Amino acid sequence: MTDSDFLKPGSLPFCAGCGHHLVARNTARALARLSLDPLDVVLVTDIGCHGIVDRFFLTHTVHGLHGRAAALGAGIAAGLGRGKVIVFMGDGGASIGIQHLVECASRNFPLSVVVHNNMLYGMTGGQPSAMTPCGFRTAVMPGGKVEPGYDLCRIIHAAGAENVRRISGAGDFSEELAEAFAVPGFSLVEVVESCPSYGIRHNPGRKPADIARDAGLEFGVWQNPGRPVARLSPRADCQSLLELERLTVNWSSPLRGRFSVLVAGSAGGRVQQAAEALARAAVSTGLNASKKGAYPVTVGTGYSAAELILSSEPILHTGVVQPDAAVVVSADGLNYAGKVVQRMAAGQLVIDDGLELPPTGARVWRRPFQKLAGVKDAALLALLFLLRCNPVIPTAALLAAAKSGRGTDLFALLERLDEVRDSAIS
Amino acid sequence: MVLLDGSRLVVESLARAGADVFVGYPITPANLLYSYSMRRLPSALAAPDEITAAQWLCGFAATGLLPISATSFPGFALMLESLNMACMMELPLVVVLAQRLGPATGSATAGADGDLLLLQGAISGGFPLPVIAINSLEDCWNQPPLALALAAKLRTPVVLLSAKEMLMTQFSFELDSLPRIEPVPRRGDSGRRPHEPYAAGPDLVPDFLPVGNHEAQVRLNASTHDAGGIIQHLAPPALENTARLELKLLANLAEFTRFVLDEEAGADTVVVAWSVTASAAREAVASLRSRGRKVSLLLPNTLLPVPEDYLRILARYRRVVIAEENFSGHLRRILFGRAGRNGVVGVNALGRMVTPEEIAAAVDSDD
Repeated sequence: MTDSDFLKPGSLPFCAGCGHHLVARNTARALARLSLDPLDVVLVTDIGCHGIVDRFFLTHTVHGLHGRAAALGAGIAAGLGRGKVIVFMGDGGASIGIQHLVECASRNFPLSVVVHNNMLYGMTGGQPSAMTPCGFRTAVMPGGKVEPGYDLCRIIHAAGAENVRRISGAGDFSEELAEAFAVPGFSLVEVVESCPSYGIRHNPGRKPADIARDAGLEFGVWQNPGRPVARLSPRADCQSLLELERLTVNWSSPLRGRFSVLVAGSAGGRVQQAAEALARAAVSTGLNASKKGAYPVTVGTGYSAAELILSSEPILHTGVVQPDAAVVVSADGLNYAGKVVQRMAAGQLVIDDGLELPPTGARVWRRPFQKLAGVKDAALLALLFLLRCNPVIPTAALLAAAKSGRGTDLFALLERLDEVRDSAIS
Repeated sequence: MVLLDGSRLVVESLARAGADVFVGYPITPANLLYSYSMRRLPSALAAPDEITAAQWLCGFAATGLLPISATSFPGFALMLESLNMACMMELPLVVVLAQRLGPATGSATAGADGDLLLLQGAISGGFPLPVIAINSLEDCWNQPPLALALAAKLRTPVVLLSAKEMLMTQFSFELDSLPRIEPVPRRGDSGRRPHEPYAAGPDLVPDFLPVGNHEAQVRLNASTHDAGGIIQHLAPPALENTARLELKLLANLAEFTRFVLDEEAGADTVVVAWSVTASAAREAVASLRSRGRKVSLLLPNTLLPVPEDYLRILARYRRVVIAEENFSGHLRRILFGRAGRNGVVGVNALGRMVTPEEIAAAVDSDD
């Protein structure tokens, strides 16, 4: 293979004196050095002047979005599982998409990124990038950039890249590129070059390599030990998500129509588990059931609530405006469900006796659920009590669905609740 | 009978239909889709951010895989440029969009169907982004293969549209009633050489060869390009190629049009609903009919591009009641514009579900 197997002979579409010429030609030479087939190679280009070189390469080419070529290349490299993926981007694209470069280095995606660092955004008029060195003058910053530029190589090396190097984009640097391309995992080459239209014009007489050195950017190679590369390795043992416990009908329910329950407690109070147990119990009586949870975004604190619909008919609409029963076992739960409880003109309210009773048209039962069952079983005990008051399904069905292996004899607690009348137990 | 949520059905359905890889980024209410996919798909990756996720999807698609992701509006917004790239590169992928209450972060754990108008304009230039809606728990099983098949056959990104209520609520469900799902057909290579990655056949869709193949060079391009994948600025062949992105969807739309139409003879009113409101509409129509009110029901799955079938159906009715869980009436605006039409009524709700009673009342309000 020769470089003309990878890059069409003839002129390239760059400005006279642009460093991109040399990057393209040295890339072709490097690929020829590695004896790759052109169709083994996928060249992914970013947005920027370098990106218009696609049509001259005889490899596969993919021309993507500004700053995203490394992430796109990572997907291609991981998906292919073979061949060589090379990503071209500028310092502007590297600035926009530095997260993608860090991720490529961290995961060790098998691709090589060549950053054309001409220290500015050339295609859009010479604006500074995050890699523009301090003091470098651009079209929009004629006094020079005030802040230091990113040391991309140090950042990407720190992120775990196998091989990172900064080189001067002068002469034949195909050997350095070939070394980087030969790395099994992730490699990045920062080629320091110049933009004749904006860089040289505003920084006359300064050579790119000197500008980089003056800014404290070292030339050299930084390496990390080789690691497994990130490729897709499809699993053959994916198990169906539908291998679920089949719920059999072991009890019966007198319910005809629909019965809705709002149960409200605190995070950590196993409210969701208790509600799900009630839904399972309903199914075990031949009813249909739906259960939806409600909780704040901080799932470990505040309220935890669930709306349930138990129905002898198929459940379509799952909204509950006014529940037939509300179960409230904590202050958090009351804060959440208080307004619903106040709007209830009928139905049942089962509420912990330690809570202030809101005005409601529902029939009320106050019992010491938290005192008897503790924080973690209060919701379940309260639901059991609800079923004792309104036997839409047998309490035994709920106990079975809850699979209470908690060391707490909920049935015994339920018996004790029957002895309590709206006052705290001693 | 089992107890399950819609997310479980969606992921299992996508896996059986042939989705190869899931790329995820955590966001409520798509988190169940994420966790199930990590267990069920042949490959699954946790991306560090939404843009990376979308770019990985595109990269996988370029190699011939059928990738999927799941997100909600905030993540979808960040994916948008990449989805435009997928549209332009003609890469097949499916994003499950789990709607929640916006704007912006809004209320992550509150339901809504508020992203349809965004989807209508999601592709710069107004090009269509195909959208398939999930209108029932059964749809969680039946619509994902349609979305994946559409993506593969037409080489396009597709949005499978659902919402928190459907994806996170647990329902009792009879698994034995589920129809079998076969892997969707993949778009192949016709063998024409030299290969032109964007030279379309009679169905206006190009053959597909993955990058990295050893048969022929492939050029993919997110910039305006010709049939060969070469940037061409405003050259007529490139603009023709861009126009083809819309034309190919319209030309093949009938094959991917799905809706439920329950017409009642003599009815002059039709109720239209999508996503979670479809269930309320079913209940409302059943209730209305039980007391003698003649009314029809249209539940569209294929939302975008809008099939002409819907316009023909709706033209038959004096009154059209469109119920949806958003403030603005997204589908109503898409179908009838801001000018509306005499007899078109919206039933909308913000931050709560539309109730069957509200829909029935809107139908009755004409009596």
